[in-house]
Amino acid sequence: MIDAKTTFSIALRAIKANKSRSVLTSLGIIIGVAAVIIMLAIGNGAQLSIQEDMKTMGSNILTVRSGTSTSGGQRMGHGTQPSMKAADGDAIQERIKEIYLAAPLLNDTAQLVHGNANWSTSVTGTDNRYFQIKEWNLAYGRFFSVTDLKNAAKVVILGSTVVGELFGDMDPLGKTIRIKGIPFTVIGVLETRGLSSNGSDQDDIVYIPLSTAQKKVIGIAFPDMVKSITLQAVDAKSTYTAEAKIRTLLRQRHNLGNHKEDDFVIRNLTQMMEMRENSSKVLTILLGSIASISLLVGGIGIMNIMLVSVTERTREIGIRMAIGAKSWDIRLQFLTEALVLSLIGGFIGVVCGLSGVWLVSHFSSFKAVVSLNYIILPFSFSGMVGLFFGFYPAYKASLLNPITALRYE
Amino acid sequence: MSLIELHNIKKSYKLDGFDLRILKGINLSIEKGEFVAIMGPSGSGKSTLMNILGCLDTPSSGNYILDGQNIEKLSPDELAHIRNQKIGFVFQGFNLLPRTTAIENVELPMVYASVKEEIRKNKAKDALEKVGLKSRMYHLPNQLSGGQQQRVAIARAIVNEAPLIFADEPTGNLDTKMSIEIMKLFTELNKEMGRTIILVTHEEDIAAYADRIIKIVDGEINSDIKNPQIK
Repeated sequence: MIDAKTTFSIALRAIKANKSRSVLTSLGIIIGVAAVIIMLAIGNGAQLSIQEDMKTMGSNILTVRSGTSTSGGQRMGHGTQPSMKAADGDAIQERIKEIYLAAPLLNDTAQLVHGNANWSTSVTGTDNRYFQIKEWNLAYGRFFSVTDLKNAAKVVILGSTVVGELFGDMDPLGKTIRIKGIPFTVIGVLETRGLSSNGSDQDDIVYIPLSTAQKKVIGIAFPDMVKSITLQAVDAKSTYTAEAKIRTLLRQRHNLGNHKEDDFVIRNLTQMMEMRENSSKVLTILLGSIASISLLVGGIGIMNIMLVSVTERTREIGIRMAIGAKSWDIRLQFLTEALVLSLIGGFIGVVCGLSGVWLVSHFSSFKAVVSLNYIILPFSFSGMVGLFFGFYPAYKASLLNPITALRYE
Repeated sequence: MSLIELHNIKKSYKLDGFDLRILKGINLSIEKGEFVAIMGPSGSGKSTLMNILGCLDTPSSGNYILDGQNIEKLSPDELAHIRNQKIGFVFQGFNLLPRTTAIENVELPMVYASVKEEIRKNKAKDALEKVGLKSRMYHLPNQLSGGQQQRVAIARAIVNEAPLIFADEPTGNLDTKMSIEIMKLFTELNKEMGRTIILVTHEEDIAAYADRIIKIVDGEINSDIKNPQIK
């Protein structure tokens, strides 16, 4: 057996002897590894952005909205037929054990004025449970008090974008703004949440007590009306079991007979997110495996060139055998050559892949995030490809007969 | 005991269903320190005998004892080990590795004998010095003349301290002046270092350097005589 250092220097010399051929051979591996890294990074980025969405959305969320109305044969969208009451939410929270919190929401777009500045944004009536579900904290100030909620106090909590638009650098706390001409006192400012995954500004919003919204700002068709209710289940699994129970409870409360359609719509956001996450996982695997195919093709390229190389160097093999190389020495020599070739390709591929990821994340709308695993995986895969496809040429070389190999011209 | 003992060595190939008998029962013994020339016209079985003697091939039947070891039934890897330890080859076409310096070519037998790099380098330097090529140590084969390349090959053959040197038409590719130099080197190795040399040639004046001349004709030993007038 010859030592590792000599084996490697023999392999490196053979690779250097045919520089352009070596480069072309490893090109397949370079492209394969780079492609796998970029594809996995894109898939990984998609998954991460979904996970971030889930964090800002709150966990284990269901929403119930008013149903659709039909007027003159035209069916209108969800929420056009007002049917939900805040009391429905309270009943769900109280009677369905899977549901931990229920926050009522009544929202509309309104013009906000402070001094010379004015800004149109979404005004949402709710109570403190909503912030709890969304795990949304105040940057400063306070949430609604019990009396605020009970007495329809004219107080408002602002999103950070609204603060910027109306107050600039001024401290908004305790200041008065007008919503639809009605004066409100600013009691709090929420932490900045940034853009949601669909690109809307989550901070461009203001919150007022539900009772205030119902009685003073947004008109309602019947007492205690809300547009939707956001529900939080105790865990992800409960969101599924809760859905049927909520349906039964609401049908009962809304006095819907057997033949009547639901006048509400239940959405399981957790389920939707899980589906999105799963589909992005599938996408990652799909992209990764397609890219792996190019790595495999690169391996076949290595095998091809190694076979050519064995034929070309038949005489060299003959000399080595005559001088005392055993079949394993010859096998090891060509196997090492294939391995070194593919690992060099793998290394360059990693460098190209990382630059590719950088380009993608800077110059395209895709988010690409590299993790260490996604570098080690294709790199070691390239090594395995080299060993696998190098084995046959190496084996063939070791079977040569020294007499015929020496006579080979 | 003799270095080489052949007992009734036969070799035949199957060719289109016929048995092609190349060697028809060779009996031969060669002592340590002999300088033997094997001669014969092409087709005489000279090359086949050389391949068997050089442990590159095995006989169809008969016994071959090299340095006390029976080798007619050894596996290819075991033969490789014997070649590495006991035989140094010098070929007509030099057969140096291309793109590999003289010293690395000389090191090669020791690489396969797992000799440590430092020792390898020193021994290779000594061997190159013996053949008068120390100053050309780091030259590549294509930077050397034919005679120099053959001397590198000789250095490679002696470096592993193999008792037997096998030279197959070593001067076939060289001009007369170079041939004389190379043959003088062989004589020196034989006389001063006690290496056993088996020389295969078809040229009378090259064979004349040997002490003993064996002629093969038609797969059999035709004559085996002491060289009356050694050069």
